[in-house]
Amino acid sequence: MTESPPAFALKGQMLSLATLELYNPNIITLATALKERLGQNPAFFDHTPVVIDLSPLQDTQKWIDFPALVSLIGNYGLIAVGVRGGNETQRNQAQSAHLALFSESRTPSKDTTTPIPAPATEVAATSEPCPPPCAGPTVISHPLRSGQQAYARGGDLVVEAAVSNGAEAVADGSIHILGALRGRALAGVRDMPGARIYCMQLEAELVSINGTYLTQDRLEQDPAWGKPAVIERGEQDKLIIRVLERG
Amino acid sequence: MAKILVVTSGKGGVGKTTTSAAISTGLALRGHKVAVIDFDVGLRNLDLIMGVERRVVYDFVNVVQGEANLNQALIRDKRVESLYILPASQTRDKDALSEEGVKRVLDELKADGFDYIVCDSPAGIEKGAQLAMYFADEAIVVSNPEVSSVRDSDRMLGILASKSHRAQNNETPIREHLLITRYSPGRADAGEMLNIDDMLEILSIPLLGVIPESPAVLQASNAGTPVILDKESDAGQAYDDAVARLLGEERPLRFITAEKKGLLARLFGK
Repeated sequence: MTESPPAFALKGQMLSLATLELYNPNIITLATALKERLGQNPAFFDHTPVVIDLSPLQDTQKWIDFPALVSLIGNYGLIAVGVRGGNETQRNQAQSAHLALFSESRTPSKDTTTPIPAPATEVAATSEPCPPPCAGPTVISHPLRSGQQAYARGGDLVVEAAVSNGAEAVADGSIHILGALRGRALAGVRDMPGARIYCMQLEAELVSINGTYLTQDRLEQDPAWGKPAVIERGEQDKLIIRVLERG
Repeated sequence: MAKILVVTSGKGGVGKTTTSAAISTGLALRGHKVAVIDFDVGLRNLDLIMGVERRVVYDFVNVVQGEANLNQALIRDKRVESLYILPASQTRDKDALSEEGVKRVLDELKADGFDYIVCDSPAGIEKGAQLAMYFADEAIVVSNPEVSSVRDSDRMLGILASKSHRAQNNETPIREHLLITRYSPGRADAGEMLNIDDMLEILSIPLLGVIPESPAVLQASNAGTPVILDKESDAGQAYDDAVARLLGEERPLRFITAEKKGLLARLFGK
């Protein structure tokens, strides 16, 4: 008799998870803030699991509408897996909304005496503040056509053809387009100001590096318009566009 | 083995139905057994362009829903032997079509020995258009020389590359062809329209043909005769060239003016 393979294995593993520190539990305020930050990019996080950190609200009696919160951040591709911190009432509420309870933060914020200013949400990795991209490049070998989106998580994005009007190239690292860039390119989207965008023909609708962006009406006045170009972020959050000299 | 061809565009009014009628007639004229299906349920037009509107009894939806069999619904063309038309329903909407139903009809046509099945897609990128292209082996993307049409074609090419049966099953991708319609060389030269080069650069798929803007197209529609049967007309000849190219023949582009010869040489050089 052959033994059938086991149906499952239960293992303990260390996973690094993003956390969403919640400063204000008001859903409307949160929705506005999220829309402001990410409004142009729904489904931006592409099914990223996230832990909601309640420690900033620990000493308040504020009631948190977890089902609404989960569905709100879900609109942006964040999947809430559990909560961390918070007082007992809040943790009970979270539990009844089927969220897992994680143990207290390792380093509870000590600056609870100073009011925390805007923004209302902050997404940061649990481990180091900003790990450098470690994934290899994501390579797209066909044209990125209108309505299509490519996202390189944790690394660079290489498109071996053109990016059409209405298409969107997004990367945590740099973006390399070996054809014309006619759509949007957003590099360094998870806090990587050193990311760059390269393209063989700059005709973009929008370029953005780490949140600093330029739209077409500005881009088309640049001498690099229509030419091979590189875009990087310089001093004072300004984007610098250079014509790529070849040969 | 039957080949399924979809004629699609994204944008409306660019000439999908005119093209479906012309290409299917052209293929049948060359001796192939051809069925042309109108997927534009609720806004049927193909029967008018093909001049069979007075002979419609059952339609595509009836067959999909099992209310009639295929032979009852297929209308045999009176001018060209081996050409059959499957009209759309005017009284239903696109929800009356289903993936299984469409597959069953296509399989039945294949079993009946059809060489080509031409699917005339509705405009848009919703259910009707998606079903029309879902099972396709080849796609003719019809585009006018204007920015919005080209962008919609680009969108449709993205859908062909990701949402078709072939794409979802990791098979050889759909073979794509660009057919430029309503092209006025003079206006393109004057910069009032995109020129062929611009369109090829943006869409980067092989060019099947360029159909000039022509009064013959409207006359043919009104008469219910596919324009390809008007052998004197520029549009009819251009469609004939396109059919020849679809079947692998090499033909130079015509009706795009002398100044464009440089491009011609580059495209079809040798």
